[in-house]
Amino acid sequence: MTKSQLIEIVTEKLAGSLSKKDAELIVNTLFRDMGDALKSGDKIEIRGVGSFKTIARGKRIGRNPKTGEKVEVAEKKAIFFKPGKELKERVDN
Amino acid sequence: MTKADIVENIYERVGISKKETASVVQTIFDTMKETLESEENVKISGFGNFVIRKKRARRGRNPQTGEEIEISARKVITFKPSNVLKDLINS
Repeated sequence: MTKSQLIEIVTEKLAGSLSKKDAELIVNTLFRDMGDALKSGDKIEIRGVGSFKTIARGKRIGRNPKTGEKVEVAEKKAIFFKPGKELKERVDN
Repeated sequence: MTKADIVENIYERVGISKKETASVVQTIFDTMKETLESEENVKISGFGNFVIRKKRARRGRNPQTGEEIEISARKVITFKPSNVLKDLINS
């Protein structure tokens, strides 16, 4: 399922009370807000779905696999998703 | 950030009631859960992909007692953030 399919399904489910334009706006806003929250270091917790958080990875010395040359890899943040109990159980039904 | 915060943020920007906004947000998450439950992956461009992975059964060990146990085959869900999201949080 892609984002546009998600928008279609949500519009169908709430037919009559939600326009496709609003569904699109809400889906896009939702994921943008979640991205912004992660950017600001905030943790996201959606009951039944799961939680998202970022962790910092320190800088390290890596190697160019082609030349074997040592290069410094800058520190960066990585994103982790931990599925919630309900989602975990439903996926492994 | 919780679902209530998400609803609040969206409600301020979309011209529908808070109750309706909450119902749309819930429908979005419910639809994602139903899709994943049916073993279909969910791909949100600009955010990331939720992917179902099938794990084979394997022999494990209870780390406390050292006892060998059979870990049955199971399905797990993984999230792979998109490059857009990775770049955003590192910008």
